[in-house]
Amino acid sequence: MGSSIYTNYEEIAAVLLFVIGFLNLLIQPNLVKKIIGLDVMDAAIYLFLAAKGYIAGRTAPIVTDGILSADHYINPIPAGLVLTGIVVSVSVSAVMMALTICLYREYRTLDLDEILVMLQEQETAQLQRIQRDEREGRSA
Amino acid sequence: MTALRILLLIFLIICAVAVSFSKRLLVSIIIYMAFSLIMSILWMILESPDLAITEAAVGAGVTSILFFVMLKKIQSIQMDPDQEDES
Amino acid sequence: MSRPNPSYEGSRRQKFMQWLKGEYDPSEGKLETTEPDTSLFTDSEYHEIHLYLRNEYADNEEHFRRGVRKHLTRIQKLYRLMAVITAIFMTVLLLWAVSYEPSYGDPNAPENNEVATRYIEHGLAETGAINIVAGMILDYRAFDTFGESCVLFVALCCVLILLRVDADEEAGSHAREAMFDRHFEPKNDIILQRMCRVLVPAIVIFGIYVVLNGHLSPGGGFSGGAIIGTGLILYLTAFGFANTERFMTEKVARLFSVAALTFYCFAKSYSFYTGANHLPSVISTGTPGAILSAGLIVYLNICVGIVVACTMYSFYVLFRKGGY
Repeated sequence: MGSSIYTNYEEIAAVLLFVIGFLNLLIQPNLVKKIIGLDVMDAAIYLFLAAKGYIAGRTAPIVTDGILSADHYINPIPAGLVLTGIVVSVSVSAVMMALTICLYREYRTLDLDEILVMLQEQETAQLQRIQRDEREGRSA
Repeated sequence: MTALRILLLIFLIICAVAVSFSKRLLVSIIIYMAFSLIMSILWMILESPDLAITEAAVGAGVTSILFFVMLKKIQSIQMDPDQEDES
Repeated sequence: MSRPNPSYEGSRRQKFMQWLKGEYDPSEGKLETTEPDTSLFTDSEYHEIHLYLRNEYADNEEHFRRGVRKHLTRIQKLYRLMAVITAIFMTVLLLWAVSYEPSYGDPNAPENNEVATRYIEHGLAETGAINIVAGMILDYRAFDTFGESCVLFVALCCVLILLRVDADEEAGSHAREAMFDRHFEPKNDIILQRMCRVLVPAIVIFGIYVVLNGHLSPGGGFSGGAIIGTGLILYLTAFGFANTERFMTEKVARLFSVAALTFYCFAKSYSFYTGANHLPSVISTGTPGAILSAGLIVYLNICVGIVVACTMYSFYVLFRKGGY
């Protein structure tokens, strides 16, 4: 174990948030909560990046009083990366919400496990119908 | 400042856990909204005002509105008598 | 009536036009194809096997179905266990990695390298933007931002495909959607409307301020566009579709987003052509601090703002009604 685990609170929180979101995504059967889990994972990544860019005692990267020294501002690169990422994550979750609405329209439930069982039953019903048709055809 | 940081981070983790344990979907969406707002304060502390303003507008505003509209849509599909006859 | 030109018949141009229309396939008859191998079972044998399996299944249907359920729950238990184990493993691994990271706020961390130093020290002179982040994402890395705007547009197209209710799709489906929508809409709520009359102009003007000052202060196209979109959504919630359709229809949203993306593309191509790579540039950076400075950044910010605002508003409308 390195020593910086006692100072990197943001990074530790980012790791925990990432794992919580990941677990949410994996074992939560509800589709809406799955989407929120993915958003939490996104936020964890952004938190990690922003924490990496922070430098103690410096100000935001906006030129004030004409000072152009690199010792005066924090690292602007993570901020630029995260800025575009936030907006893209919204569009990704909007697409997922649209898919959720389509799934709900088809199966009338938000529970992924129930949807799986329903799919299985649909398949069985289809098989049975084919079989019945065949039997009737043979007897006739 | 360190105490505030740690407090906000603990809030974040509590919100993330509470999302998955809340019974109603509306509650979990509102908790996610609070999560986004805390995130935007944290970005202010991390000296990234660009991110703070974007997160407040996009994360807490637009995403939550879209979630609410999605819930409303699902409820209206649920109450639809015509489609239930078809299925 | 004009007679077909004999030199046009069978020419490459005609074939190309036919290919565009989908009537002509240049690879037809030239591709090597193999027939699928059917020698394993003959047709009747295959049929027999199929029938046997089906009968077997039908006789033990109840048993089989219970087996499927049991199988599903067993798989689910295993899946949950594996997920928790993966999560614990990941936590330990990532925390172990974090413990070797440079500590919080360290100025000598490896990510604060010469790239960031250069952006800060030369950013104002080269891009003219006071907000170094805006100068970075709209000048040094403008192509990346163009891709992000396109991602927004593509996401909008996806939602459109998934949720759109076409007029000719099914008779009455449009009316039914509208009925559902009315079911939840606030019915001329006087408090909401009065408040919106005060709030919506303030929100939209604040959004425009944030977009226009993107190179001078925190903000920019992404956040300002989201604020404008939220203002429009609030207006729609209060006053209903009949009022918003006067100025914001699907046509307007599509026109504005496509025009903004096209302008972005051409402006940035021009800027690359004239000297993005430290060739002498025609576009002056202006005096730092003025509203019309920083070269193309103001206009690109406006483009991004338009795309984001149209996308957010369209998401809301599509989710709510499946059309404008």
